[in-house]
Amino acid sequence: MSKLYSGAEIVFKCMEDQNVDHIFGYPGGAVLPIYDELQNFKSIKHVLVRHEQGAGHAAEGYARSSGKPGVILVTSGPGATNVVTALTDAYMDSIPLVCISGQVPTHLIGTDAFQECDTTGITRPCTKHNWLVKDINDLAETIHKAFEVATTGRPGPVLVDIPKDIQFQKTNYKKPKKENKLNGKSHNHFNKNSIDQLIDLMSKSSKPIFYTGGGVINSGPKASELLRELVYATGFPITSTLQGLGSFPGDDNQFLGMLGMHGTYEANNAMHDCDLMINIGARFDDRITGKIDEFSPKSKKVHIDIDPSSINKNVKVDLAIVGDVKTVLSSTLKSLKQKKSKFLKSNKQKTSKWWEKIQKWRSVRSLDYIGSEETIKPQYAIERLYELTKDKDSYITTEVGQHQMWAAQHYKFNKPNRWMTSGGLGTMGYGLPAAVGVQVAHPKKLVIDIAGEASVLMTIQEMSTAVQYNLPIKIFILNNQYMGMVRQWQELLHDKNYSESYTAALPDFVKLAEAYNCVGIRAKTPEELDDKIIEMLNTDRPVIFDCMVDKVENCFPMIPSGKPHNQMILGPKDQENKKITGKGKSLV
Amino acid sequence: MPNSKSAYSFSNKKEKFDTHIIVVWVDNETGVLARVVGLFSGRGYNIESLAVAQVDEKLKISRITIVTTGTPQVVNQIKLQLRKLVPVHKVADFKREDKAVIFKEMALFKIVGPNNKLEGALKACKKYNPVILDKTKKSNVIQITALRREIDKMSKDLKKFGLVSVSRTGAVAMTRGADIFK
Repeated sequence: MSKLYSGAEIVFKCMEDQNVDHIFGYPGGAVLPIYDELQNFKSIKHVLVRHEQGAGHAAEGYARSSGKPGVILVTSGPGATNVVTALTDAYMDSIPLVCISGQVPTHLIGTDAFQECDTTGITRPCTKHNWLVKDINDLAETIHKAFEVATTGRPGPVLVDIPKDIQFQKTNYKKPKKENKLNGKSHNHFNKNSIDQLIDLMSKSSKPIFYTGGGVINSGPKASELLRELVYATGFPITSTLQGLGSFPGDDNQFLGMLGMHGTYEANNAMHDCDLMINIGARFDDRITGKIDEFSPKSKKVHIDIDPSSINKNVKVDLAIVGDVKTVLSSTLKSLKQKKSKFLKSNKQKTSKWWEKIQKWRSVRSLDYIGSEETIKPQYAIERLYELTKDKDSYITTEVGQHQMWAAQHYKFNKPNRWMTSGGLGTMGYGLPAAVGVQVAHPKKLVIDIAGEASVLMTIQEMSTAVQYNLPIKIFILNNQYMGMVRQWQELLHDKNYSESYTAALPDFVKLAEAYNCVGIRAKTPEELDDKIIEMLNTDRPVIFDCMVDKVENCFPMIPSGKPHNQMILGPKDQENKKITGKGKSLV
Repeated sequence: MPNSKSAYSFSNKKEKFDTHIIVVWVDNETGVLARVVGLFSGRGYNIESLAVAQVDEKLKISRITIVTTGTPQVVNQIKLQLRKLVPVHKVADFKREDKAVIFKEMALFKIVGPNNKLEGALKACKKYNPVILDKTKKSNVIQITALRREIDKMSKDLKKFGLVSVSRTGAVAMTRGADIFK
């Protein structure tokens, strides 16, 4: 007879077989048997966070930067409810997470026991699927299936709730089954015919654009390579959503920058005026489309997505290709080479007028801002940070708000999996714990959380985690003392009624850093900024960088409320003549 | 605040709503109905009626029949979102006007009154396969099977015959002819 293992042992046996090397968690009554076994599984390292939300975001950062699922271990009741924000965040941004939660013993379920909550009920709408394991004989199979659901198709979070008595009971261990199809649900539903149609549309188009999203990143590094190949082979312009940044080089001439509410003038106008839009792994989110009735009125739309429910959800498309981005792109390239080997040449003339138009939009220089010699402009701070780190293969996380948009606009990404930001849910407090997770996955790399002072305070306790595990993350705070994006909307749309958007009693971030036993650096003037950033980069410990920036700077360009892509606000018009160009700014 | 400037967009489209019958085959496991119903409420879809029971004891498959209304785009989303749920095997969608599909609901009526009223009630139900399930001197329990609007009408019409209680099911559906939905 084979050896019997306890439920707690089986949890770790499963993780071993799923190649898990790090888990993020916080112990508590209902998971004590699992924590008791931790020491017996040396290949699995536990990262102790300071709050379960931090465990969730750290696992997200780990997953997004490594391509592997992030694993979370939390206790019942408050442990599980604290992780809900992170699960919802991962659900919105399609990040694979496996959350193991403890539950009160089965005989106490439903009695309002201490630290009991209906975890599977609460997390049902924010996971791809969840399980309450009531029979020890189902445990191994359930955990293996959880990993499969989280990582296949459109990735996302899953949760396995394990009552404490199940953790003690013993049974045989079952290895993962290889061919375990999810009710026969496969992910590629396209045929050659639709690829031919796509190539036909591409060869007829004179005003094409690629609109790419997080699906390219999720499809793996190969998908980004294929995307580059396709974009270069066609000579078409390309724009990206917030989540897609890095799948195509940010400094390439064919790249028009990010699109959407705070996207570039050229990207949004090109989306509006194009005659062919090829959406690859993006979902026509409302921050992207603006006013939906007037969204790109003259174009044929192609949508490549792994999730059939994304097709025709917000925008009706002319050609839908349901499949994994990598597979679709590889078929497209193959057909393109066979049929139209001289595509680029024949196409150049056809799209030359389109490129001229794009150059005109580009010449507006919509990301420019008014420089200053006295105060640090937040855009300037990001630009300097980029210039001083661009050769380092750095990983950037962000919180949510103005700083996030400025980071997306001014930091250029050349590789996938280098940019971790909360897009769909817009979770303030995401960036710091995410940076912890990224640094765990990439101990030798430079990891920076571009933060706002309001966001970062929501999960600041995770500095303690960073210090405990010697994770030299850099928290680069653009400190304007306001919830900047809230303040901006209040200024532009609520008659400057700055209701509760100013934080009157902020901590001294340098002293706070010292309290956490890490390093605090403050920059107050543009003059000293470079030296201070270099000081930060040369510090091999966690750093909180308090960058005191202009308090009332707004994030432009912006598509105002209820407006289509071609009606952007570019910036404070009266000061237009003071605008300085990109190179000039480094003199400030 | 219909004119607030900070609302990103307003919907002013008025589209026609169609009634559809969605049939879902699911694994009969804990919480599966909550997943299906939660998807409807969470995404703002309507449920007009619901019928659910296990139909295959060996494979533990339940069949859920949901009557819903929505624009063609919404109905399409309902189907696609349902198919994403892990315990869902297949999803069928029929328009209410579809002649190739039978829809039926069942209702139980309790009539209390003198004999002439009881008989009147039974007579009124004649078109809908009435079955007397329980009979006393003063009361009848009548079962009928019919379409939703017919049962609606009967619930009103039987009042004058002493209707005191109505219990009714959601609609169930099945295709006509030898074909089955795959």
